[in-house]
Amino acid sequence: MREVVAEAQRPVFLYSVGKDSAVMLHLALKAFYPAPPPFPFLHIASGWDFGDLLAHRDKMVARHGLDLIVASAAEADQARVTPFTAGADVYAETLLTGPLKAALTAHGFDAAFGGGRRDEEKSRAKERIMSFRSTSHHWDPKNQRPELWDLYNLRLSPGESIRVFPLSNWTEADIWAYIAQEMIDIVPLYLAAPRPTVERGGQIIVLDDDRMALAPGEAATLRNVRFRTLGCWPLTGAVESTAADLPSVIAEMQASTTSERHGRMIDVGAAASMEQKKQAGYF
Amino acid sequence: MTEPDKRELLRFITCGSVDDGKSTLIGRLLHDTGMIPDDQLVALAADSRRLGTQGGDLDLALLVDGLAAEREQGITIDVAYRFFHTAARSFIVADCPGHEHYTRNMITGASSADLAVLIVDARGGLTAQTRRHAVLCNLVGVRAMVLAVNKMDLVGHSPAVFDAIVADFTSFAARIGVTLIGAVPMSSLKGDNVCAPSPNMAWYDGPTLLTLLETADVRADLAAAPLRLPVQWVNRPNPDFRGYAGTIAAGTVRPGDAVRLLPSGRISQVARIVTMDGDLDRAVAGQSITLCLADEIDCSRGDVIAAADAPPQSANQFEATIVWLDEAPMKVGRGYWLKLATQMVSATVQQPKYVLNVESLDHLAARTLDLNAIGVAELATDRPLVFEPYADSRVLGGFVLIDKLSNHTVAAGMLNFGLRRAQNIHWQALEVTREARAAQKQQRAAVLWFTGLSGSGKSTIANLVEKRLLALGQHSFLLDGDNLRHGLNRDLGFTEADRIENIRRVGEVAKLMTDAGLVVITALISPFMADRDTVRAMLPAGEFIEVHIDTPLAEAERRDVKGLYAKARAGQIANFTGIDSPYEAPVAPEIRIDTMRETPEAAAERIVAYLLARQAG
Ligand SMILES: Nc1nc2c(ncn2[C@@H]2O[C@H](COP(=O)(O)OP(=O)(O)O)[C@@H](O)[C@H]2O)c(=O)[nH]1
Repeated sequence: MREVVAEAQRPVFLYSVGKDSAVMLHLALKAFYPAPPPFPFLHIASGWDFGDLLAHRDKMVARHGLDLIVASAAEADQARVTPFTAGADVYAETLLTGPLKAALTAHGFDAAFGGGRRDEEKSRAKERIMSFRSTSHHWDPKNQRPELWDLYNLRLSPGESIRVFPLSNWTEADIWAYIAQEMIDIVPLYLAAPRPTVERGGQIIVLDDDRMALAPGEAATLRNVRFRTLGCWPLTGAVESTAADLPSVIAEMQASTTSERHGRMIDVGAAASMEQKKQAGYF
Repeated sequence: MTEPDKRELLRFITCGSVDDGKSTLIGRLLHDTGMIPDDQLVALAADSRRLGTQGGDLDLALLVDGLAAEREQGITIDVAYRFFHTAARSFIVADCPGHEHYTRNMITGASSADLAVLIVDARGGLTAQTRRHAVLCNLVGVRAMVLAVNKMDLVGHSPAVFDAIVADFTSFAARIGVTLIGAVPMSSLKGDNVCAPSPNMAWYDGPTLLTLLETADVRADLAAAPLRLPVQWVNRPNPDFRGYAGTIAAGTVRPGDAVRLLPSGRISQVARIVTMDGDLDRAVAGQSITLCLADEIDCSRGDVIAAADAPPQSANQFEATIVWLDEAPMKVGRGYWLKLATQMVSATVQQPKYVLNVESLDHLAARTLDLNAIGVAELATDRPLVFEPYADSRVLGGFVLIDKLSNHTVAAGMLNFGLRRAQNIHWQALEVTREARAAQKQQRAAVLWFTGLSGSGKSTIANLVEKRLLALGQHSFLLDGDNLRHGLNRDLGFTEADRIENIRRVGEVAKLMTDAGLVVITALISPFMADRDTVRAMLPAGEFIEVHIDTPLAEAERRDVKGLYAKARAGQIANFTGIDSPYEAPVAPEIRIDTMRETPEAAAERIVAYLLARQAG
C-alpha cells in the first residue's frame, strides 16, 4: 500500500464496508501509523444498503478521521432501477459500477485499492496484486505487467489507472482469522441475531426497511441469521446460524466443507457477485 | 503485506514440459493435503467420468486446468499461483504455463521462489528442457532443487531407471552449481511418494515429496545479515514526527543501533521502531516497519538505511544479467527507467557482451537482446544506485527496466557487480560551482532544446534567438545538429541506434556547457521522445526547456529548402524522419511554436521572453 501511495498521484480506497474492507482498512491504519491513511475512502451507496452497514461506516469514519466520499447513481436512475424491477446486470451497472466509474473519473483517481481475493474463483489465480486499466477503466488481460520479485511497475500514462488488491493472496479463512486475531470491528450483520426475514426464491431475505412488498402468502418471520457477505439488502441471502460471536463463526465455517463460492451460489446467490462488484470495481 | 497465517511459508516453482505430469502433481498435492472442498470433489468426479481420461479414477489435472480455458478466451497469463498448507508449513506454488513465453514465465515465477521442483518423465529421462529449466532457475538464484522422477508406475517402479536419471542430473547440477536437495521416485497419478510413502517402491527409503517440501531448509538466515532497509515512504503526519517506513530486506534492527544512510553516508542511531500496536524492541528481515532516527537528517524514498559498520556499495556502472521480456528488442544506448528496491533511476544499456544459450550454456555474440534472450551487458545509471550483487541480495540486486514511453516492464535484471572504473573514479567536486559561473554572467543556465521535422524552421528560429540573446548581453551557444555531424558526431549515421547516440553526445555537451553557466540552444530533429527525456533527466530540474517547432509534414516538405524530402521520396535517403522513420512529437513541451501562425521573429521573441521571465523568477 505504501508503494502505491509513494508512486501514485491520487490513490483512493474503495470502501465497501464489508469484512474484506474492514481488514484492508486495518492494514492501511497500520501501514501509515501514526499518520492517518493519506487517501480518501470511496463508498458507492446504491440506496439499498443495510442500515447497520451505513451506521458502521459512519462510526469508522468518525473514529479514524477518514476522508469519506459517497457516490450514488442519479436520483432518476435510482427511481427507475430497483432490485425488484431490474435484472441483476442492469441493477449492478446502473446503481454500482456506473456511479463508481463516474466517481473515479470525476475525482481523477489513478490508483484504487480493492478487496479482491484470489480464492474467490478458480480463474482468480491469475490475478496480480496490481492490475492495469485503460483510460476507459477496461482491464486488458493481455496487457498486464509481469510482477518480478516484489518490484511493482506503477508508472502510468495519462488517463491510465491501476486497481490494487492487497488481499490478493488471502482466503476467506485468513480474513476471519485475522479479524479475530486483531479484534477488528465489523458490521454486526456478520454475526447471528434474530432478524425479520422472508423466504423468496430459495433465499432468506432480511427485511431491512419497509420498501419490499410482500407477495400474497409471504409473511415476515423472525429467524436467527447471519451473513457471509453483504450486498444490497433485498438481494442478499442470509444463512440460518447460531454463531453470535467470532469464534463460533469461524467454527461454523471450518465445519462447512463447501467452498465459499459454492456456498454463495446456494445461500447468497446474486448478492455474492454484488458484493464483489462493489468492492472490486468491475472486472 | 503479511498474511495472518503464522506457519512458515515456502514458495516453490514446478518446472516440466507438457505431459510430464505437472498439473497432475499440483492437483495431487492440493487434493492429498485436503485443500479441495467436497463440492469441488463431486464436480471433479463427474468431470473425470465424463471425459473418461482416467478410466473412472479422478483426473486431478482438471483441478488446475482453469488455465487452459483462459488461454482459449485469449487471456495469456504468465504465472498462476496456488496455495496449500499442512500442519508444518504453508506453500505457494508458482505454476508457469505456456511455451511461447516460457523463459519469461519461468523467470517471473522463479524470481520469488525458494525452491524448484523439476519434474522428469521416468520413461524419457532428462531432456534438454529439464536442463534448460534448471539453468533458468539457477540464474534467478533458486539454488535448491528437488528432482521429481514421475510416472514410475510406467517403468515398473524400477530402481535402476530412477538411479540412472538421478546420476545423470547430479553431474549436470554440479556443473551449473545448483544443490540437489532430494530426488523422489513417484507417481503423481497414483499418489506414490507424493504425500504418502509408496508400497510399490519399498526400495526407496527417502522422504516423500511433501516431506521434503516441509523440511527443506532453503532460506538463508536473513535475520543474521547486516541491516538493509530500503526507505519506501517518509511518514510525516506533523512537524514533530518523522518516520521512515519500509520492509526490512535483511538483518535485525533494535533501538540504539548505529545506522548509516545511503547514498549520503551519514550516520545516526535508531530511536524507535514504531507500529500501531506499540513500539517494538526488535524487528527482523521481512517485517514492515517505521523507524525513527535520533538525528534530524535528510532521508527520502529510495535511500537505504543500513548497518553503520557494514553498508552496501553504491555505483553508477554495473555488469548485469538481463532477461528481455518485451516483443520490441532492447535499444542499446536508449534510456530506460530502472527500478531497484525503492530506487528509480534512468539507465542505459551497452551492447551485450554475450547472450547465453540456455541449452548448451554457450556464450554467443549479439548486437541486442530480443524477447526471451538472456544476456550479460554493462549498464550505466544517471545517479548512483545503492546495491548489492544479486547473489547476496535479491532485493538490492534485482531490478526491472521500464520503457519510458509505453511504461511497460521490458526486462528483468540482476546486478552482478559494480564496475571498478565507476567505483574508483570519484566525482571531482568542483570548487567553483556551476551557480557561481552562471552568476558571474548574471544569468541562469538553461538548455533550449529545439525539436521538429527537417525543414520545420529550427535553425532559422534558433539563430534569431541567439542574436537576440547576444544583444541582451547573455552568454549563449548554439549546437546545430548538422554542424555537429561534421565533427563530434561524424562517425554516426541515421539508424535508430546512431540517432540515440547522437542525442546522447549532444546532451552531454549541452550539460557541460550549462555547468559553465551558458544558455545552450540545440537544433536537432531529435525525433524520439525517450531520447529527449533522457537528456531532460540528465539536467537539474527546470533547466531543460523543450521547444517544439511544430510544422506539418506537408508544409516542411513543400518548403524543402535542402531538397532532402525529394531525395527521400525518391528512395535516395533511408531512415528519413517523417518519410520512413517516425517523428514522436512532444506531449507537453515547455514552448510550442506553430510556424503556420507565427513568424520566425515572433517565435524567437516569445522564446526569449520565456527565458527572461524564468531568470527573473
Ligand atoms: N513561414 C515560415 N517559414 C519558416 C519558419 N521557420 C522557418 N521557415 C522556413 O522554413 C525553411 C526551413 O528552415 P530551417 O531553419 O532550415 O529548418 P531546419 O531544417 O529545421 O533547421 C526555411 O526556408 C525557413 O525560412 C516559420 O516560422 N514560418
